[in-house]
Amino acid sequence: MRKFRPFDWRHNPGFGTFTALTILFLYAPLVVLVVYAFNANRLVTIWSGFSLKWFVQAVNDGNIRLAAETSLIVAGCATVCATTFAIAAALAFERGWNFLGRGIAVGVVMIPLVVPEIVVAVTTLIFFSMLDMRIGMLNLVIAHTVFCIPFAMLPMQGRLRSMGTACEDAARDLYGSEWRIFRRITLPLMAPGIVAGAILAFVSSLDDFLISFMVSGAGSTTLPVYVYGMMRQGVTPEVNAVSTILLLISAGLAVLVFLLSRPSAVSRTAGAPASAVPSS
Amino acid sequence: MNVADAVMLSVSGDRTLPEPAPKPLIEISDVEKIFGGGEIRALSDINIAINECEFFTLLGPSGCGKTTLLRMIAGFEHPSSGNIMLAGKDVLSLPPRARSVNMVFQNYALFPHLSVAQNIAFGLEMLNWSKFEISERVAEVLALVRLESFRSRKPAQLSGGQQQRVALARALAPRPQVLLLDEPLSALDLKLRKEMQFELKQLQRETGVTFVLVTHDQEEALAMSDRLVVMSAGRVQQLGTPQEIYGKPANRFVADFIGEANLIPGGLLGRRRDVTLSIRPERIEIATVSSFVKLYGVLKAATFLGADTLMEIEAGGIVVRARLRGAQMAAPGSEIGLCWPDDAEWELRE
Repeated sequence: MRKFRPFDWRHNPGFGTFTALTILFLYAPLVVLVVYAFNANRLVTIWSGFSLKWFVQAVNDGNIRLAAETSLIVAGCATVCATTFAIAAALAFERGWNFLGRGIAVGVVMIPLVVPEIVVAVTTLIFFSMLDMRIGMLNLVIAHTVFCIPFAMLPMQGRLRSMGTACEDAARDLYGSEWRIFRRITLPLMAPGIVAGAILAFVSSLDDFLISFMVSGAGSTTLPVYVYGMMRQGVTPEVNAVSTILLLISAGLAVLVFLLSRPSAVSRTAGAPASAVPSS
Repeated sequence: MNVADAVMLSVSGDRTLPEPAPKPLIEISDVEKIFGGGEIRALSDINIAINECEFFTLLGPSGCGKTTLLRMIAGFEHPSSGNIMLAGKDVLSLPPRARSVNMVFQNYALFPHLSVAQNIAFGLEMLNWSKFEISERVAEVLALVRLESFRSRKPAQLSGGQQQRVALARALAPRPQVLLLDEPLSALDLKLRKEMQFELKQLQRETGVTFVLVTHDQEEALAMSDRLVVMSAGRVQQLGTPQEIYGKPANRFVADFIGEANLIPGGLLGRRRDVTLSIRPERIEIATVSSFVKLYGVLKAATFLGADTLMEIEAGGIVVRARLRGAQMAAPGSEIGLCWPDDAEWELRE
């Protein structure tokens, strides 16, 4: 006997095949890249056995290490700066008065997300050369901070909105001054949002190519820019190895953000579910 | 009246001292709240004096402005005009943290990242009490709400009733002059709600703190309050003791909102046409002798409710509800004569 089932997209004929094809289309290139990073052959397209030698070679390559170091330092500094600015911005937008021009202010902060990256890259380059500012890595940190702020701010804003103002009101009622409320209540409660925002900022800084490509001068090349340089001399399995490492870091951090920004993240860390406890 | 006046009176030979009038702790005078550039009047013409050690309730349907008024006392909202005095001092210019008033929030607003003891200690820390004083006071209020063994739990590990008690303990810990409760029982199930009503009342008597409760539940308000105010559409409808408000409702709204009431036009009973009589269903009886009958009607339906039977009787175009003890035998459609004692009638002016 057939049971009646309500309509469900998943039971549509051909839906499974379509999904599989889409996933294949999206991820096959990545899989190929990762697989060939373990290829023993010098030529990227010919498989001749498993080997880790390209990873060893990449790690031992002084230039790659220098570029990786630059990337990490820039991403680290930009993350700290962007997160600090983003905390202030998120608080102003979510907790401040409805000041005149708040909508415009939100728009301005979000510009890097909407404007084509090439525009941001070119304007940043023009800006720095107009001021004749050539301070190496610091240029990169400033440029990265600017476009990392919206990435850092979005999860914080969401967190502030979902946690509501009840706890802060309660703290105000219990004789807390604004600064002590911020330190003891608001900051700990928005922490998952801050960590998620910081990770997003870090990943976007690490992965950025266009802006880094325009802004970085000699001696301050980031990893993506260096990889691009390597590619121009032909694709070697070393590129695959470096890309694989970058991919793993980014994917790992993205998963972490996903876990942190789930709505239940806070209540789970606060302890066992209430239902597991006998009621009074 | 202060002590000096009392001494003066006794010295002047007046033997029969008048009973000292209760001292108003909170005085709300001519408070008005207008939103949206004069479009919406959330509160108008509010004059209420709340006495010391009183259990006072703001009762009304949702949207009547009762929570707004409570948040004004706490300092989260500001009246458009009017004044609020706390213990003789104007508090309108003071932020919430400068008012010795604490609030139990509707969904408790416990700090999820702090333990029960840390939650309770928060207010005391903000007041810069010493470590020793804080630990003593926390133990004291934990005992008061019987949660001693839960001190290191997080709020998420507590049941609804326990969270409610933590919120109470947290608000009582700094020894406020007034405790404000914003629909504190609405999130609890019926049985727990009844228990907590009793506990709240007891807590108020033990601590001697003035409680101001906001609720839309009229039974809760009648059961717990020393005095209450019935609000509707941003106005005070009636202020008085539960007995006064139940027995002598000031107008149609109060009669209808508090308990059940039959609103019978005066004309139907051979009175003046412009009065309405309010008669509680439980005061109405079926007349056994025809000379007692005050109103004849036709029985529409009888519903057995266990202890009572609810009868709906149609008389002169209105439906009169009568709540009679025990199971009543009467067939729908039969004619019934109703009677009630004279003191069950209450004339409504509006």
